[in-house]
Amino acid sequence: MRGFPWRETIRAGLLGSVVALHVSLVGMVEAFSRREIVKDVVTLGQLLLLLVVLSAGYWAASKASKRNKVYGLLAGLIVGVIIGLVLAALALSIKPLHMRQVFANASRGLTRVLLFNKKGLAGVATLLAVMGGGGLVAGLLEILPSRVRRPLLYALTAALTLGLLRDIFAVILPRSISRFFYTSSGLTVKGAVVLVVAWALYFTASEMWGQRVRSSLEALPPSQQKTLRWGSYLVALIILLILPPLLGERGGYVFEVLDIVGIYIVMGLGLNIVVGFAGLLDLGYVAFFAIGAYTMAVLTTPELPAVRQYIPPLDFWEALPFALLASLLSGIILGVPVLKTRGDYLAIITLGFGEIIRLLVISDALKPILGGAQGITGVARPHLLGWAAKTPQDFFYFILVAIAIGFFISVRLKDSRLGRAWKAIREDEDVAIAMGIDHVATKLTAFATGATLAGLSGAIFSSKLFSIAPHSFNILISIYVLSLLIVGGIGSLPGVVVGAFALVGLPELLREFAEYRMLVYGAALVVMMIYRPEGLWPETLHVAEYKHHTSSTTEATTASAGAGK
Amino acid sequence: MGALDIINVTKRFGGLVAVNDVTIIVEPQTIHSIIGPNGAGKTTLFNCITGFYRADEGEIIFDGEPIQYLPPDEIARMGIARTYQNIRLFSNLTVLENVLVGMHSHLHSWFIEPILGLASYKREEAEAREEAMRLLEFVELEDKAFFLSKNLPYGEQRRLEIARALALKPKVLLLDEPTAGMNPRETEETMALIRRLRDERGITIVLIEHDMKVVMNISDVISVLDYGQKIAEGTPLEIRTNPRVIEAYLGRGAAMGLSEAA
Repeated sequence: MRGFPWRETIRAGLLGSVVALHVSLVGMVEAFSRREIVKDVVTLGQLLLLLVVLSAGYWAASKASKRNKVYGLLAGLIVGVIIGLVLAALALSIKPLHMRQVFANASRGLTRVLLFNKKGLAGVATLLAVMGGGGLVAGLLEILPSRVRRPLLYALTAALTLGLLRDIFAVILPRSISRFFYTSSGLTVKGAVVLVVAWALYFTASEMWGQRVRSSLEALPPSQQKTLRWGSYLVALIILLILPPLLGERGGYVFEVLDIVGIYIVMGLGLNIVVGFAGLLDLGYVAFFAIGAYTMAVLTTPELPAVRQYIPPLDFWEALPFALLASLLSGIILGVPVLKTRGDYLAIITLGFGEIIRLLVISDALKPILGGAQGITGVARPHLLGWAAKTPQDFFYFILVAIAIGFFISVRLKDSRLGRAWKAIREDEDVAIAMGIDHVATKLTAFATGATLAGLSGAIFSSKLFSIAPHSFNILISIYVLSLLIVGGIGSLPGVVVGAFALVGLPELLREFAEYRMLVYGAALVVMMIYRPEGLWPETLHVAEYKHHTSSTTEATTASAGAGK
Repeated sequence: MGALDIINVTKRFGGLVAVNDVTIIVEPQTIHSIIGPNGAGKTTLFNCITGFYRADEGEIIFDGEPIQYLPPDEIARMGIARTYQNIRLFSNLTVLENVLVGMHSHLHSWFIEPILGLASYKREEAEAREEAMRLLEFVELEDKAFFLSKNLPYGEQRRLEIARALALKPKVLLLDEPTAGMNPRETEETMALIRRLRDERGITIVLIEHDMKVVMNISDVISVLDYGQKIAEGTPLEIRTNPRVIEAYLGRGAAMGLSEAA
């Protein structure tokens, strides 16, 4: 065993153990174990522990396998066993040590989950076998060549994700297919096998031929590439449009989730202009969302006699311009005092602004106008030619339109004179000013545009919920929106969509997450900032532009070569 | 009256008088160097001219108007551009975008034009791109238009900064140590570029520079600052022989560079 990295291996095992103990004792493992991913095989709770083992084991194996492949396997195994032993110790000591008095979640249930529903030694043996096996798999994955490892990992991830999203797919798939893949909770065993194999084939194929397909696509003339791109956008749009009638009644839950994600996408697009383009860190963004929502509610509800004696309730379309105008103006009002502040100071001021709006809305003094802590009910629904929106599917269309507007504005402004001025201010405000950029107008336009999109989002939100209450507008919303930008890739438009699905869609689907949402957010942000600070889907404009530039020069050379023939 | 008149300007930071009653008249289409030991107040003077600092006393006249009370962006739009001692590009923008930002004050679109995609807006943007490419050709960076500016080598970053300043179509260009950190060949090229700015584009250049060879070679007029005060002014020949300059500035180790240049 010369040169085996004992220190690193044991350190990885202990670090993994700490994480495993933590997720167990905060109750995540037990709560997650109620969701099965593959029926009677693996639950989300077990998967969580396995993920810990896999990452710790992989890390240790990558250190050890440098010298010898077998060392890699061994290191993975050792890490798995260490974590298994620590968890076994936890499981066995919960009852005799009365740990529940200190750790509320150290329950008998946790013991049961950790020991795989077995008693005593049999349980410990199972736990050790599973954890050790997990470590071994981690080591195996590490020493496999990456062209095998990657498809395998992707296939497992894809299949498990599909298992996790049972509530969506079991509903929207036709009965016969869904019966094959899904049980009342999680995947069926045969379904899981089929999925892993199918995904593995797909990813292997894309590994082998993907590059060739991509480069042959890039070799197409730009006009054809453009047609292709717009064609794929069109197909996606058509799918989105026909999805609601296709799913009919069954889709209610799916669209409930999609609507929430969509509302966050609209907000994300707005905040992306403020933070991503102009670099103005706004932590009170929820304020504009609230202003849009409350303007819509106050103007349309039949309640609130104090208001109704002056203005009759408006309908959705009459109130919408006012909601947008109110949020736009509030964006400017916030913008003026913060013009001279930068960075941390700006963040603190905007944070305060968000709180001011929330406290105004909840206050008793303004109760006759804003409804106080109970909020307002009876918000108008949008209607079109006698048809009124009621179901989540109906609102889905409105939200799609709002997203389209947000995208359109962002795309058009991004590379315009205004967009360049925003980016210049983000990069170096002093120099931007020295280039003759009017930073007052530029910043205010960013605030106003972002605020208006948030207002639009809020107006749709309040109408969709039919009623609104102050607790929907707390600081966490601002944090969620900012986090989804960071996770997706700040400044990137597809990143907003990806971030919204990852940070809003997933927790919405997995209600077990609710309690641990902030914990998961925090961990996700830390991991992102260390390993992928540019986000899941970073801005690619420069690369694309550069490629286009070089491809046009190659085109020129091929053209001249053709002429020479 | 010159292209830029700095008249009795004083700038204090607390008890420190960074610029003390300095008067410099910059004649049109000349290269006017400002030299002096570190901390003599050269960059502070630049910041006063461009409006980032407000002069405590005195006047700065540009284009027949006093500009010492104007905000920096307005001064830039009037036609004073600058570069920085430590390069300050918009590092995450492309080379082309950097120049386009410099053209900001000569373009007109704002919010609604790009949203509607007006023909006039598209024409303006296309023309701006063409002009920006021409400027990049002038500084020989046209091949790198789509590189992120932070990925350029040092010398090219300096040239890009000049191109960005030129995009402002300035009447007066303030260059803060444009050859700092350059090798002799790059320095040579930059000097040629600065001369072309004066001769081909008729731009008045105010130059802060430490490299005595550059200063003596290129300048039409030199002003010498020391401890915030102007202690001498004249042609390179006059400065070289001025006893006060030799005592206050060149005596402190730079005399060698001077005799070499002579």
